[in-house]
Amino acid sequence: MERKIILENIEIEGIRSLQVYRENGGYKSIEKALKTMTPDEVVAEVKTSGLRGRGGAGFPTGMKWSFIDKKSNNPRYLVCNADESEPGTFKDRYLLEHIPHRLIEGMICSAYALGANMAYIYVRGEFKSIIGILNEALKECYKAGLLGKNILGSGYDLDLHVHTGAGAYICGEETALLESLEGKRGNPRLKPPFPAIKGLYGCPTVVNNVETLANIGWIVNNSGEEYAKIGIGRSTGTKLISACGNINHPGVYEIELGLPVEEFIYSDKYCGGVKGGKELKAVIPGGSSVPILPKNLILNTLAGEKRLMSYESLSEGGFITGSMLGSGGFIVYDEDACIVRNTYNFSRFYHHESCGQCSPCREGTSWLESVLHRIENGQGKMKDIDLLVSIASKIEGNTICPLGDAAAWPVAAAVRHFRSDFEFHVLHPEIVKNVKHGSLEKYLEIPVLTAE
Amino acid sequence: MSEKLFKYKLYVKNNKDVSFTPETLAKIQTIISHYPDGQHKSALIPILHIAQEELGGSLNVDIMDYVAGLLNITPIEVYEVATFYSQFYVDPVGKYVIEVCQTGPCAICGGEDIMNYLQEKLNIKVGETTGDKLFSLKAVECLGACGSAPVMQVNTEFHEFLDMQKIDEIIAKLRNESELKKPEELTWKERLS
Repeated sequence: MERKIILENIEIEGIRSLQVYRENGGYKSIEKALKTMTPDEVVAEVKTSGLRGRGGAGFPTGMKWSFIDKKSNNPRYLVCNADESEPGTFKDRYLLEHIPHRLIEGMICSAYALGANMAYIYVRGEFKSIIGILNEALKECYKAGLLGKNILGSGYDLDLHVHTGAGAYICGEETALLESLEGKRGNPRLKPPFPAIKGLYGCPTVVNNVETLANIGWIVNNSGEEYAKIGIGRSTGTKLISACGNINHPGVYEIELGLPVEEFIYSDKYCGGVKGGKELKAVIPGGSSVPILPKNLILNTLAGEKRLMSYESLSEGGFITGSMLGSGGFIVYDEDACIVRNTYNFSRFYHHESCGQCSPCREGTSWLESVLHRIENGQGKMKDIDLLVSIASKIEGNTICPLGDAAAWPVAAAVRHFRSDFEFHVLHPEIVKNVKHGSLEKYLEIPVLTAE
Repeated sequence: MSEKLFKYKLYVKNNKDVSFTPETLAKIQTIISHYPDGQHKSALIPILHIAQEELGGSLNVDIMDYVAGLLNITPIEVYEVATFYSQFYVDPVGKYVIEVCQTGPCAICGGEDIMNYLQEKLNIKVGETTGDKLFSLKAVECLGACGSAPVMQVNTEFHEFLDMQKIDEIIAKLRNESELKKPEELTWKERLS
């Protein structure tokens, strides 16, 4: 399970510079792809590899590429989605900060496979330092002839530029990202037409996550078949997991898909157990949008099998007893964490970030926030708990983009698995009003039963 | 209508002349050249970033109209973008904008305490600016550094693994820094000393 693809060589000093990166085998895939392979062969390799989108949805990358409109005479575009803003996810930031050439190498191969002569990296506005690092890396590549006209004498041209966002979570959705790239508000578009047919400036476009594109270089070098051998079942390859919350070693880890969740949480190689020796209470395995799971359901599935870090295993049991791998933002809560307060916090986030285009999301997120605020501050009623479930079910599936679903799922799951926490808030308003952190049961005076 | 009642100052035009320096204009031309012909509107967000940085830390109607003129688009196209994205400030801000992350992972690691402490220390509430126009305090959503929670951003610099002591140090450092004169403001005697 020690396999490294994306973070390979990351500990080498100066790997951020082109020279050191090339000395360690970087940019070999470009020579191979551009000089010995046709674009269709590259797409075929990616299809065999079984690589799935690492941004959250897990859609097969090769298939996404094959949807691109080949009959259109318009230019094609490749856009890299580096607008990482899912709470709990910081893997792309780590990757871009330490080894930016891994992404650029992958992007050149991908753009060649798609027949694109123009590509953009859309970085979120908060990552000012990373924009500087990327621009520096691009400059080096232009100088070395890896970008621009006639790359390495192969006759293929590619221009690659960095585009800055300005702090909008919604721009992580691919059509909103394209709108933003065109200099407009980040309002998602109705699909179809999909970006592969009508994307950036109305031309065929592919939008991929940073981590997805960072894998392409390895696949070209070592063939898709080799890649498909890593991982488990249809979850091939490795995945970057960003672990945070109440754990001993927060950080970014590259794991081979199929690692048991229990090992990931408790092994010293990864999270290193819960902070302060406390009990594990709950885990959100894939960024704030996916359902939260209590300890018993995150370690084992309902059927009693060990849960693994893979697309299939984490979603086993649907949303009733399962969750999703999502973007790999692994948030751990210890026994003192207050689930109601945490759910309120995320609802506030989604209310703030809703673009306001569809009424179920614009109004619904605001309702979720105010009802949760009421319960959290000791003014809730029992029927408010059912009201939350009802609002969530009315947002889900009724919006243009998945932000509505992302706002509804965590609330529905929190009520499903931690209903007693919500009821506690309603029944003990005086405790809830005064205590803002942690689990509240310890503030109850437990009545002593005396035997007669 | 009196100034107090008029809530949306955004729409007040002062008719002050704003303009970029020739160097900045050249930089903007390079940015526009990154996009295909006829798609120069794409450069709007990067240009607004530059405008905000170079023309006083926040945007106002005069600046936005000037940017619209540069890109040959209607002013409303600039207003809608400037009010949509949370990194563009349409109200005046202090020299240092302190943005404290308030979302889930930071909150469970003490982000709320950090915010309370800063409010107390600077003696302002969230969204306000100190009297000396030095600090503005803002609550923001996820900054994408959950592994080093709690986190805050001062202008463009990230500060991670915060605690009360670290905040004291950062604020003291910024206060010191703001008292230093910029090299071009120094007299030749001061430069030599």
